[in-house]
Parts: sequence; structure tokens; C-alpha cells
Amino acid sequence: MKTTKKIDPSKRAERVSWMLVTPLACVLGFFLLLPILTIVTVSFWNFNEWSFFPDFILDNYVYHLTSAVTWATYLKTLKFMVLTWCFCAVIGFTVAYFLAFHVRSLPVQIALFLVCTIPFWTSNIIRMISWIPFLGRNGIANSSLISLGVIDEPLEWLLYSDFAVVLAFVHLYALFMVVPIFNTMMRIDKSLIEAARDAGASGLQILTNVIIPLAKPGIMIGSIFVVTLVMGDFITVRHMSGGQSASVGRIISNEIALLQYPAAAASSVVLLCTVLLMIGVMMRFVDIRKEL
Amino acid sequence: MTKQLDTKGISRRSILKGSAAAAGAAIGSGAVTGFPTIWAQNIKDVTLRQFGTGVSNINEVAAKVKEDLGFTLEMTALDSDSVTQRAATQPKSFDIADIEYWICKKVWGAGNLQAMDTSKIKNYDKIVGTFKSGKLTPESVIAQGTAPHTVGFTSGPEGTDFVQEESGWMTLIPTIYNADTLGIRPDLIGRPIDTWAELLNPEFKGKASILDISSIGIMDMAMVVEAMGEYKYPDKGNMTQEEIDMTLGIFTEAKKNGQFRAFWKSFDESVNLMASGEVVIQSMWSPAITAVRAKGIPCVYQPLKEGYRSWGGGLGLSKNLSGLELDAAYEYINWYLDGWVGGFLMRQGYYSAVPETSKNFMTEDEWGFWFEGKPAEGDIKNPFGDVMEKAGAVRDGGSFYDRMGSVACWNAVMDENRYMVRKWNEFIAA
Repeated sequence: MKTTKKIDPSKRAERVSWMLVTPLACVLGFFLLLPILTIVTVSFWNFNEWSFFPDFILDNYVYHLTSAVTWATYLKTLKFMVLTWCFCAVIGFTVAYFLAFHVRSLPVQIALFLVCTIPFWTSNIIRMISWIPFLGRNGIANSSLISLGVIDEPLEWLLYSDFAVVLAFVHLYALFMVVPIFNTMMRIDKSLIEAARDAGASGLQILTNVIIPLAKPGIMIGSIFVVTLVMGDFITVRHMSGGQSASVGRIISNEIALLQYPAAAASSVVLLCTVLLMIGVMMRFVDIRKEL
Repeated sequence: MTKQLDTKGISRRSILKGSAAAAGAAIGSGAVTGFPTIWAQNIKDVTLRQFGTGVSNINEVAAKVKEDLGFTLEMTALDSDSVTQRAATQPKSFDIADIEYWICKKVWGAGNLQAMDTSKIKNYDKIVGTFKSGKLTPESVIAQGTAPHTVGFTSGPEGTDFVQEESGWMTLIPTIYNADTLGIRPDLIGRPIDTWAELLNPEFKGKASILDISSIGIMDMAMVVEAMGEYKYPDKGNMTQEEIDMTLGIFTEAKKNGQFRAFWKSFDESVNLMASGEVVIQSMWSPAITAVRAKGIPCVYQPLKEGYRSWGGGLGLSKNLSGLELDAAYEYINWYLDGWVGGFLMRQGYYSAVPETSKNFMTEDEWGFWFEGKPAEGDIKNPFGDVMEKAGAVRDGGSFYDRMGSVACWNAVMDENRYMVRKWNEFIAA
């Protein structure tokens, strides 16, 4: 039998490593690389009203990159992204700080952390849609404000506006900030804070010189979540802006709806490159691998 | 996940809740007319897969098919864009396509549908003229846009072209159609509305809406632009690039001035916008008006002096159908035109392609109200049993001939469609 043959232990270990890495490589290959390669290929194809066919044209990219709409839309999407990121970062950091440093007992910390995840028990579309009756012209927000005498006329900008879009984004994605920041904060050695205090640092100095630098990897992981989620979104923008705002994701979804698959593929490739570039820049600030 | 929102899923589900009892009553109202005719037992094993835009993809119809014809009809409801996609790219995923005529113009060339032999259609002679010669009555003027008869016939069994005469080979068998106009909230407007131009009236700033489906929205826009006296189109259904720029230019300006509260893409959204009072005037579809009224909120499908924007749908057969399944499909189409479905749909405010057979499945009062435009003598109920109109009410727009006789244009696909779509996206992003 073959198994009787003696194998060099180091070779054996190498083989085992290859075998262990194979399932993940296959999964990533089939479900990530292959689809992306397909999208890149199709982005050079041509199309008509009802079909698309192999070709090598750059028109899809040329049109996408030279259209004023694309630039306006990217600008708008970036605006949503920056606003959402700012609010999520502030809220996420504050909540995580409270959980990690103000709450002393571990069971309470865990309980409060679980409370944060309760909204995730429903679908994010439901969480988003439920803002609509709340913010509407005759919605709860406006009618309460009117009955309190704060305003006389309903506030029109509450719904179907950029405000509504950012509000929904922050609501949907703040937890993606809380979790990684809380995680890194929990691993900050409490004696470091004591040492800083003993050395005469004020509360603010401890925050800026000790906690924020040590929580950076968490902030960065949260930021990557928020940035990629907002950049790729198409449904929140459509519903919360009442269809009046565009986002990059909506351009792609419109093109798919109109059977312009190669154009949609080209737009997707451009979006993918943009997001990768942004993440690349963010990685320059923090070496997540080193810090983890 | 996201598709769910765009389809009619939510509203259909709520409709279906109350429908079981009503369906019984509806079925009871018509005599069974001796189907099936041709075959024996093996028909029971046939399953036909139909997909369409939800207006006629109603589970009651599938249940009635099982009862009358014996075979199974599986229905899938999608939004217009998804329907177009599927008809064009996934011919093996369906047997029967329930699509609109403008979609037919887009996808017929892909060759995924087969022409239908009109000699096998029992009620072919009774189909209204709109779908054959294009003329409702001999005096009618043919409206602009993709009029159904222009894409209704092909040259032969293998045809991928369109011919302008009754060739004996139909692309789609017409099933339902209607004349669309603006929906308004009379209680919040408080004065008469009689022209499309009112959509851009600054009086309704921040309270207007238009639908975000380019092929339909552009036609509504054209009606408004003409009504405002800005421009008279030689053919609204086939604009030049300059005309497209001009039309969307007017609307982009209005959008920037805050005229629109929102744009809607699915039926449910239009109902919510109107019912919540976010919008008081908007493009709307007939059953959406019904849905708003069913909540006890006044809503009028306002007839306008410039006329209606009309649409029509029909059933197309997949290229892959043959043998027993093809026979079953013809049997289904014949049954469809035989009246029960027509009556069911007419009680929702649509019209049947063969109205006279539907009459047998409606009460005298229902026929008078929905088709003849007469005042209702008793309560008018929808097919699901909800009271829609009290005695004395008259249908908005009047009789079939008043409404379908004042069609100004049909939903259309233009030669410059690709350009128009790009400009439309710019308008949405503006």
C-alpha cells in the first residue's frame, strides 16, 4: 500500500497546509474572483435593446467617465458617505467609550452591548422604511412639533431629502462602528490609563493621547464598513430621497433594469476601483494587521 | 431582497387576505361555459408558467384556471423592468409572458416569443378594433406612441418583424388595457383640475410626483409640455433628441425648483404618497386610485381635456412551447377571452379586450357603472368584495367609449430610446 511509503515530515506539513488552504481558496475563487473577472470581461462587451454580446469596446467606460451625471452622482455619494461617516464615528465612539470605560461590570457591559444589537433583529429595509411615516408631512415628528407649538407649518425637509438619507444611513450603520471600536477598547490595558492619570494627564489628554490612538484599528475597521456600505447602497438613497437623489449604486441598478449589462458592469468596475482606492488610502493611516 | 420592494408583493399580499371569500362570490356570478374542450386526462399534468406586471397576475385567475381547464398555472409578478429583462434574456424561465405592448416592441426582436395563429383564437373577431386596425370606432383617430396594433402582428409563424395589417399571426393576444391620467386629492386641492399642465403648476410646489419609469414617464411629461403650450410634438411617441432634451429640460428646471415631492417606481409607493398627503397631484394607475379610496381617502382619477395616456397588455407565448403545452396555452388564451377574467379585471377598473363576453360575468349594475359610465344603482364592489362606490356614483371619465375614445398617446419605446434613457437618468440625478 502507498501509505507505507515514508514521507519527509516537512513535506508532509507543507502538504497539510496546502490542503487546509484549498477550501478557502476555492470558495474565494468561485464566489469572488470568478464573478469579478466576469464583470470585468462583460464591461468591454457591446449591447443593444435586448441582448449583449462579446466585443471589445471602451464605450462603456468612456461614456461612464465622461458623463456629467457620473461625476455629480459620485460627488453626491461621497457627500452622503462623509456625513454618514462623521456621525457614525462620533456616535460609535461615544457609545463604545461609555460601554468600555463607564460601565464597570462585565455582565452589564454584555447586556448593554446586546441591547445595541436589538434593532438588527429586523431587516434593514424595515428599519429604513419605518422612518417614512415618522418623518412625513403629516407624520409623527411633524404633528408632535406642531402640537408642542414649536413650528406652525410642517417641516418639508424631514422626508425625501438629503437629511432623511443621512439619518437613515446613520441609523442603519452606526452599530458597524460601535462593535469594532468597543472590541479594541476592551483590550486597552486599564493600567495604561491609570499610569497616564498618575503622570498628571487630564481627562482630555488621556482620551486624545491614550484611548484614541489605541482604538484606531477599531475606528478604521468600522470606517471601512461604513464607507463600503454607503458607497454601494442604492435602496436607502432611493427610498429616503423619494427617488430624487442619485447614488452610484442606483446608476448601476438602473442600467441593469434597462438591460444594459455591459454598461452596468463598467460602472461596477469603476465603483469597485474607487472603493478599493479609498480603503487603500485608509489603510495607509493605520496598519490594521500590525495593530490587531 | 431589494426586488421585493419593487414588485407588487406587499400590496398583493394584503389584497389576497380579504379575497378568499370574495373570489367565491365572483366565481358564482358567472355560468361555467363548458371548458375544457379538447383533451382527456393528461392535461392535468400540464403546468404553464406565466409572469407579468402584477396587474393581471392574480392568484384568483390561477385558481379558476385549475377549476375550469384542469391544468396548473404558476404566476410570478414582477415590475416592468424585470419583466422586460426576463422576456428578453430568460426564454426558458417562462411559458407565457404577460407583457405590455411597448415591452413587446423592445423584446419581440430577441425571438423568444412565438407568433400566435389567430384562426385558433375563438373570439378573435370580437377583439376591439384598437388592437387590430388601431381604431376603436371607424371614426377614431389613431393615437401617438406605440399603439398596440402597430406591434400586434408579425409576418408569419417564425416572424421577428412587425406588420401593419391583420396578418393572422399575432405577437400578443390583448388581455387588458386602460386609459391613464393624473390622480388628484380633491379635498386637498379644493378646485377643479382639467389639464395636464397642472402637474407643473407652482401652486403644487413640493406636492407633485411623477413616475420614475422612463418609457411611461416621458409620455406623461410630453402630455404636460403640450398642455402648457410649450411645444406641439409631431409624434410624442417618437421624439427627436432635441425634443427629448427640451422636454426633460422643462422638468429638470421644475425639479430644481422643488416642484416634486418624490418619484415613484412601484404601485405601492404611489398609493402611499397619495394616501399620506405627501402628494396631491401625480401620475397614477387606476387600481392605485382604487386602493387610496378603499382607505376612505378621497382620490379622483381626473379626466383631462388633452386626453389620456393609454397602455395595453397581452399574453405572449414562449418560443419553447410545443405539443400538448402549446395546446394548453391556446386553450388558456381562449378561456381568458371568454369573459370570466374580463369581468374580474373590469371590476378593478381595467378593460377587457373582448368586453362583450365580460358582460356575461358582471351584473347589470356593474356593467353599467364600469363600462357604460352610468350612475351606480347599488353599492359597487371590487372583485375582492370591498365596497368601492356607493349608489349614485359615476365612474371618473365616464363610459368606455368616452375614455378609450380620448386616448392622446400610448406608452412607447422610441427610436431614440437609449438617448432618452440616458437623459432620463440625468433628470433623476439632477
